[in-house]
Amino acid sequence: MAVIELTCISCPLGCPLKVETDENGAVTCVSGNTCKRGEAYGKKEVTAPTRTVTSTVRLEEGEAPVVSVRTRTDIPKEKIFAVMEEIGRASAKAPVEIGDVVVADIAGTGVDLIVTKNSQARRHQT
Amino acid sequence: MRDLAIIGGGPAGLAAAVAARDAGVEDILILEREKELGGILNQCIHNGFGLHTFHEELTGPEYAARYMDEVFQRNIPYRLSTTVVDLRREGEGLAITSVSREEGLVETRARAVILAMGCRERPRGALNIPGTRPAGIFSAGTAQRLVNLEGYLPGRRVVILGSGDIGLIMARRMTLEGAKVLCVAELQPYSGGLKRNIVQCLDDYGIPLLLSHTVVDIQGRERVEGVTIAQVDDAFRPIPGTERDYACDTLLLSVGLLPENELSKAVGVELAPVTGGPQVNESLETNIPGVFACGNVLHVHDLVDYVSEEAAQAGRNAARFLRGESGGTGRDIPLVPAGAVRYTVPGAIDPARMEAETVVRFRVGRNMRGALVTVTASGKELLRRKRPVMAPGEMEQIVLKKEWFSGAETELTVEAREEKEGV
Amino acid sequence: MKQYDTVIIGAGVTGCAIARELSRRKGRFLVVERALDVCEGTSKANSAIIHAGFDAEPGTLKAKMNVLGNQKMDQLSQDLDIPFQRIGALVVCLDPAELPQLRALYDRGLANGVAGLSLLSGEEARALEPNLAEGVCGALLAGTSGVVCPFELTLGLAESAARNGVEFRFDTEVLKIERQADGWLLKTSSGEIWTRTVVNAAGVHAGELHNQVFEEKITITPRKGEYCLLDKTAGSHVGRTIFQLPGKMGKGVLVSPTVHGNLLVGPTAADVEDLDETATTAAGLAEVAEKSAWAVKAVPMRQVITSFMGLRAHEAGDDFLLREAGDGFFEAAGIESPGLSSAPAIGDYMAGLVADKLGLAEKADFSPTRRGSLRLAEKPHQERAAYIKENPLYGNIICRCEEVSEGEIVDAIHSTLRAKTLDGVKRRTRAGMGRCQSGFCSPRVMEILARELSLDLTGVRKNGKESRIVLEKTREGKDHA
Repeated sequence: MAVIELTCISCPLGCPLKVETDENGAVTCVSGNTCKRGEAYGKKEVTAPTRTVTSTVRLEEGEAPVVSVRTRTDIPKEKIFAVMEEIGRASAKAPVEIGDVVVADIAGTGVDLIVTKNSQARRHQT
Repeated sequence: MRDLAIIGGGPAGLAAAVAARDAGVEDILILEREKELGGILNQCIHNGFGLHTFHEELTGPEYAARYMDEVFQRNIPYRLSTTVVDLRREGEGLAITSVSREEGLVETRARAVILAMGCRERPRGALNIPGTRPAGIFSAGTAQRLVNLEGYLPGRRVVILGSGDIGLIMARRMTLEGAKVLCVAELQPYSGGLKRNIVQCLDDYGIPLLLSHTVVDIQGRERVEGVTIAQVDDAFRPIPGTERDYACDTLLLSVGLLPENELSKAVGVELAPVTGGPQVNESLETNIPGVFACGNVLHVHDLVDYVSEEAAQAGRNAARFLRGESGGTGRDIPLVPAGAVRYTVPGAIDPARMEAETVVRFRVGRNMRGALVTVTASGKELLRRKRPVMAPGEMEQIVLKKEWFSGAETELTVEAREEKEGV
Repeated sequence: MKQYDTVIIGAGVTGCAIARELSRRKGRFLVVERALDVCEGTSKANSAIIHAGFDAEPGTLKAKMNVLGNQKMDQLSQDLDIPFQRIGALVVCLDPAELPQLRALYDRGLANGVAGLSLLSGEEARALEPNLAEGVCGALLAGTSGVVCPFELTLGLAESAARNGVEFRFDTEVLKIERQADGWLLKTSSGEIWTRTVVNAAGVHAGELHNQVFEEKITITPRKGEYCLLDKTAGSHVGRTIFQLPGKMGKGVLVSPTVHGNLLVGPTAADVEDLDETATTAAGLAEVAEKSAWAVKAVPMRQVITSFMGLRAHEAGDDFLLREAGDGFFEAAGIESPGLSSAPAIGDYMAGLVADKLGLAEKADFSPTRRGSLRLAEKPHQERAAYIKENPLYGNIICRCEEVSEGEIVDAIHSTLRAKTLDGVKRRTRAGMGRCQSGFCSPRVMEILARELSLDLTGVRKNGKESRIVLEKTREGKDHA
């Protein structure tokens, strides 16, 4: 039985939450939230916290050397660095559009890594 | 002579252009100094943008793309890699001098101009941190550009001064790229950034936040070798004996953003001392008829969603100006900040000229719980809103309705104070 | 191994002035410099003032060279195409009891042959400078005092010397000097050089070089001076250089417009031990702020955009050492204030000593002029448009705060004495010197340096060899731009 204090990050209000758990770690009560999203966040954060990872991948033949990417939705927090490792090995080939999949099911999370910036191919030097 | 020139093609300029076109302005030109539209959003690859506007959590480039698409769909003309170097009043309108590779030096005349130049970061020199001046000291935004657009790591062992959002975001970014972020030092006793960023950028990675601390010395002749951090007292003076040395190769500075108003000054726009941005009325018009301002050049924002709203307001009002509709009584009622309110934008309104509703944006100067925001005119209360939480790092807004005004008001007081029993 | 008639050690303002005057003669001349650029020592961190010459004791070399150097500045600034303004100076007296000292300064100035001097009352001084402190009770007005850009002066002298055949070798530190028959062998960090004569113009390190060779030692003590530079909005707080009556340790804290329109406040003065120290201190900067208020009211210290520290080479005898120390080893040592002002005259004098020793003949084709860097932002629109038409790179603005174009930056990288670093570009073009202090433009300047010098971005330096700016790519790959 534990009471965990944390700050909700669902919106800029940042309500201070108190999440109570039983001896098995299951959530028994969330208080301090001012909306339903806060309650959902409190439960999730204590049992199976997730985050969205945003980064860049190498862009081949592009007008810039890298292009920004993100995991399409949030992934388990403990897999952040595994995801980063795969990001480091991945690459995309220009031109790319927002939503293009760079790595499907990245680090076994079931979530795709997608491009977040429309990037053109490099114009050839004359 | 064009109808409308917009200086800056970032989120403010883009939203203003779209709103102006939708309000009927055909002849618009956006002038952007970078080689792409999108402004600072292009390097803000983290998410958190668009919750209000699109009810989605987008990354910066994605948010920018939404507005760029709107501009492309409407075929609104724009110039890239074009730097405006001068802005003057000329005849009935304004003369804009810009420089670009393709077109050389160009004079553009316009009846109306929207200032959307954004802001710059406060540099190290302005802080007067003693010590050497080696390589390895970056403002957080410059480091962000190097990592996110150029693909280079500025350092491997990092200390960050300033807990504003850019500093917090870079703490996470550098950590994810394999650097070791030793700590974030913050002069104030509270952080200037969003609480969600403290959690997602510092707590998640075990990066300590040292409140009421500052960097008092930098070591390293050619490249940073270390910094010294000390605690400060209530007057922000370093407390002797609290100094601690941190061996590092990089110092990132996130110590304030300054609206970029050189062109505004050049054309004679009056600036407000607290914000460093133009004084504007309810139409977001400056003291120069036909010159409007929005976005970070007007006052530094935290959420791009509010930038877009504000910019749309500027665009609509530029359209009204061009239609000759911005009459009004010519009597602007000043908005007087009171209590914890540090400033308001606009700083004055003319109810006769208002749209049906006007958004007043403001910031408080301290953390507040159980606060009350009131707007009063000559003792008569026009608005009362409760706010459970307010912080300096989070811009607030209230809405004034045109119908509330009799026309006899001489000044409006916008106050924020802690609510007391029965008051 | 290359052989020269003269090797000048040090490419500061002194070394470059000597090089330029030597280049009027026929001979093989080389300047060696341990940093990557000219003007990396004391020459880059000083008050930037061309003093009138009333301060030094009559009969000293300081006095003589200052007055001569000051007189040469009009012609020299024209020839070298560098900014120089005779804005005048006021030495203010804050205590009626010290008025005799002000008078003594005036007399000294007359004895040194300084023109344009007059004594003013407190009211007369305040009529000229409304921002003088209320306590100012008298002042010495020096009409010949001026302000210059020390980097542009040094670079101008160096480029003029290079134009006339002087070689320059950077990243070359003299480690050992050996006396040989008919000359000197220099063992440097980039190889050995043999020369008939040596000119030691090594600034705070001149003592080390001299003492390697000669029994009779000289003592050069580095004296630290800290300065604050204020934004251009503060640049007209005063119209002239304002000095306080000199104290024991030097000229005291001054408040002066700079030739670029900023306001300079400083320096402090303190002896240090580390010859390569470059750090400012909290105490020093606080001292600058405090002392500035004595002579000038309401100095807007909130407008500070940067601060810096310079080491001045103080010689125990309190005068310049300008001489042949022996066997063709010449030295210009102990060049502290008024070193910058004296440089043109020191250059002339020392070059004369060397030329006499070697019997060097004058060149018929010496070219005294040199064109400075193109500052398109200052040109009228028509002219600027024409430049852009001819070279579109002049239309791509890289530094928005100072309006510096890509074309100007590329020019600086390919100029006579090439800019190889971020600071080198900054000092030649002003890119990075403005309000945002290179926050926006440094990545772009780095890209241009990398492109023009065929380097990866990790190879671009701020100023010294170890001053890399970015350490590695985040994503390896053959395609990385």
